[in-house]
Amino acid sequence: MSSVASTVLTLVLFATYLGIGALAHDSHFSLGWVLGSTLLVWAGPAQIILISTLGSGATAVQAAIAVTVSAIRLFPMVVSVLPLMKTPKTRRRHLVLATHFIAVTLWVECYRLLPKVPRERRIAFTHGLGCGLVTVCMIATTLGYVLAAKLPPLFAAAILLLTPLAFLLSTARNCKQISDVLALVLGLALFPLVSMLDTGVDILISGVTAGSIAYGVHWWRERARA
Amino acid sequence: MSEFFGSPHALLVLVLAGFLPNEIWRMAGLWFGAGVDEGSEVLVWVRAVATAILAGVIAQILVQPPGALAGVPDWLRYGAVAAGFAVFMLTRRSIFAGVVSGEIILLAGKWWLG
Repeated sequence: MSSVASTVLTLVLFATYLGIGALAHDSHFSLGWVLGSTLLVWAGPAQIILISTLGSGATAVQAAIAVTVSAIRLFPMVVSVLPLMKTPKTRRRHLVLATHFIAVTLWVECYRLLPKVPRERRIAFTHGLGCGLVTVCMIATTLGYVLAAKLPPLFAAAILLLTPLAFLLSTARNCKQISDVLALVLGLALFPLVSMLDTGVDILISGVTAGSIAYGVHWWRERARA
Repeated sequence: MSEFFGSPHALLVLVLAGFLPNEIWRMAGLWFGAGVDEGSEVLVWVRAVATAILAGVIAQILVQPPGALAGVPDWLRYGAVAAGFAVFMLTRRSIFAGVVSGEIILLAGKWWLG
């Protein structure tokens, strides 16, 4: 539990989930719904995409496609972090719950904290860290939801601004390669243009286009170097 | 209870459009992960697209703001985020400093406008 309290990322995560709670309130979702999404989805970006696409009138299928595409990034995270938890005796089913907890914060923290934990206790440690973070985030979600309902518009707007601010900055910090930086910048710039088409899958079109251009530049630079 | 959770239809959408799309990729990582090279080109593309989708969502919240945020003038929303980003860069990428500064600009600007 002390590991949960001690991470700076927990603070950012708390702010993010305050924002998600407030966003859900202002997009007319129920408190139970958004708490369920924190528990089951457990991926901030996916929750924001789900709430904002459904809230702006997209169908469930359109929202599901956007969330599925954005969630692919969980795959490499799981692949890279699970070897840290395995022992020769570990069965796959022992890792199911730990795998569910993997999202960007836990992924970063596992790299930082797991090497200090004896290998045979790492799965239990991850369960503890995961449960602690989910609990903290459920409290933040509830708080954000209630505050958005009760606060004067000035402060409610401030809580809603937490989401884009926290995500923009944490994404900027996670940029490792030129392709990541370009994807972020192009993604921001392209959405307002694509949204004029009003297709219902604007996010998907601008995201796949911007991401592919960014990858193209990365590919071209690698080739030029070789 | 039904008021707390909302309609069964909304919960079904949560499971189908929210829970399953994420859990599929996590479990795929658990089942098929052993053979995938972490530095492979496909994963570079996956990360770029995921980043750009998230960037699009950030832009959507700023350009088509929900609820109370719509009461803030456009220039103030963009200015607050730009200021937050500038402080983030100046403080050697401190997310905390960036978020706090952006929020202060928004609150101060809205208060000043009355």
